[in-house]
Amino acid sequence: MTATAPVAERRRAIEGAPAAPGDLQDGRRRRKWLSLRRRRCLWGLAFVSPWLIGTGGLVLYPMALSLYYSFTNYDIVSSYQFVGLANYGGLLRDPQFRQALGNTFYLVVVMVPLSLVVALGYALLLNVPVYGQRVFRTVLYLPQMVPTVASAILWMWVLNPQFGLVNTILGWFHILGPLWLNSISWSKPSIVLLNVWGIGGAAIIFLAGLQGISPMLVDAAKVDGAGLWRRFRHVTLPALSPLILFNAVMGVLGAMQYFTQAFIMGGGESGGSSVGLGNSLQFAVVYLYEVAFGDLRVGYASAMGWVLFMMMLVVIAVLLRVSARWVFYEGWRKQ
Amino acid sequence: MRKAKLLRGASQSTSYALLLATSAVVLLPFYWMVLSSVKTNHQLFTTPVQWWVWPLHLSNYSRALSLIPFWRQLGNTVMLSALTVIGTVLSGSVVAYGLAKVDWPGRKPLFWLLIVTMLLPGVVTLVPTYVIFRDLGWINTYLPLIIPAFVGSPYYVFLFRQFFLRIPESLSEAARIDGASELHIYARIIMPVSRPVIASVGVLAFVQAWTEYLGPLIYLNQPAQWTLSLGLTAFLTKYSVEWNLMMAAAVVFTLPLIVVFFVGNKYFVKGISFITDVG
Repeated sequence: MTATAPVAERRRAIEGAPAAPGDLQDGRRRRKWLSLRRRRCLWGLAFVSPWLIGTGGLVLYPMALSLYYSFTNYDIVSSYQFVGLANYGGLLRDPQFRQALGNTFYLVVVMVPLSLVVALGYALLLNVPVYGQRVFRTVLYLPQMVPTVASAILWMWVLNPQFGLVNTILGWFHILGPLWLNSISWSKPSIVLLNVWGIGGAAIIFLAGLQGISPMLVDAAKVDGAGLWRRFRHVTLPALSPLILFNAVMGVLGAMQYFTQAFIMGGGESGGSSVGLGNSLQFAVVYLYEVAFGDLRVGYASAMGWVLFMMMLVVIAVLLRVSARWVFYEGWRKQ
Repeated sequence: MRKAKLLRGASQSTSYALLLATSAVVLLPFYWMVLSSVKTNHQLFTTPVQWWVWPLHLSNYSRALSLIPFWRQLGNTVMLSALTVIGTVLSGSVVAYGLAKVDWPGRKPLFWLLIVTMLLPGVVTLVPTYVIFRDLGWINTYLPLIIPAFVGSPYYVFLFRQFFLRIPESLSEAARIDGASELHIYARIIMPVSRPVIASVGVLAFVQAWTEYLGPLIYLNQPAQWTLSLGLTAFLTKYSVEWNLMMAAAVVFTLPLIVVFFVGNKYFVKGISFITDVG
């Protein structure tokens, strides 16, 4: 028997053609095996089909549609024409879009690293075996349980310049608190503050990573005389680096699509026209929402979506490139 | 030796102090929310701040709940969340079974497709998806919010897959030799031993559905259909200075999640940390 025979046989079985007469003897047995294989194929396909249909209908098709719209002046109500690259050109010249991008990158540059540092700090603290460890873990995760809308409203009140919690406490130390959301320069830090408060999820991911570090590694470093800092720098950080990258990527994706809280705290749709004082809370997706669902400029909004997507890809590519230097993959279980 | 012990004790008490301080900072906004919800309007705006009030002004709650169609919107939110959880668990486990437990050539490439779709940003699909659902006549129905849960969200499929891979292959193989169909193995063998991941996915999907804002904002235009997320923001625009009422509404909106969290605490942690062993 040649090596290629099973392949031909398999193909024949899949295509439903009868086996060549010469093979008949053990062909039946083999065909049964083959049809088993084929059956598995069908089962596999059947099991994943809901997701395949969903991905086709709710991801790939909309993406194609979006790309198509981005070259048109589609506005939902009237008929539309191709406008070539006009939408993309318009974005380049759109001062509001530029400002929205600037605000968004503020989140990427300030909020994402700060969140990583705080989450890492939480995880390190939670990893110390102290009495009531579980209670602390629960407490630090708790803000994640507040619905986005509720947390936005809560923080609007917490940050109230005159009667809010934060400025009251600052007042104890004779610090005159800022105007927070009512100030152009403090509105984005307000958003950052709120998000750092709810950083429990990332902390839990780091904590799981910390608990995966072999104690032998730490002990070995101790025996070698490494102090607390050097153990952190040369054992803990490298071991956590894949998770740091993961959280960083997730953080960037989240920051670049930041919407709900900004939309509510900035006054959004309802509280009048303001998107924060002086448009200081006009983030990219907030602007996209207004263009798409306020002005119904679907074509323009689609182009904006693609530009944002490309920017995310660039930022993440940069992250991955930079991370190649410091992410340490050993001990990272691969299948 | 004694010095080492002392040092460890010192570092432990430092961590303890830091943990206590951080917890206090994290919990203060919660206290502020509850405290404000039982204050009168006058007590809200007095200086110095009153850190404790008596009697509790509980009528804020009944007033807040009567100002918006609260019970109606609560019902909508519960219904949507329940359907989302059912859909997510069903579709997530079924699809993951096809990716993890059925030995067929598609499982590897489709897994990578899954990872890619996990990272694809919703910002590109947001607008065209709206157009598609509008063309289907689904605006002002719950379908655009429910159907996506029933076709397998990549993240939850991923969680299920990670768990399924750890179930020994011998379990399903034995059933296969006995002539059990794949559907039977999925329903009778794999699912019963997958309670932890079902619970994890269930609670995570529940929280996500309960707090969802953008979807209902786009697809639901009538207050009677709204979820609490939308109801609460409507509140903000109408009664924006009555912080006590808003805090009361926020407390009521948050409470179910806190309860779910305390009941299913370990499943949250597990669900999130599944991420740490990508396979």
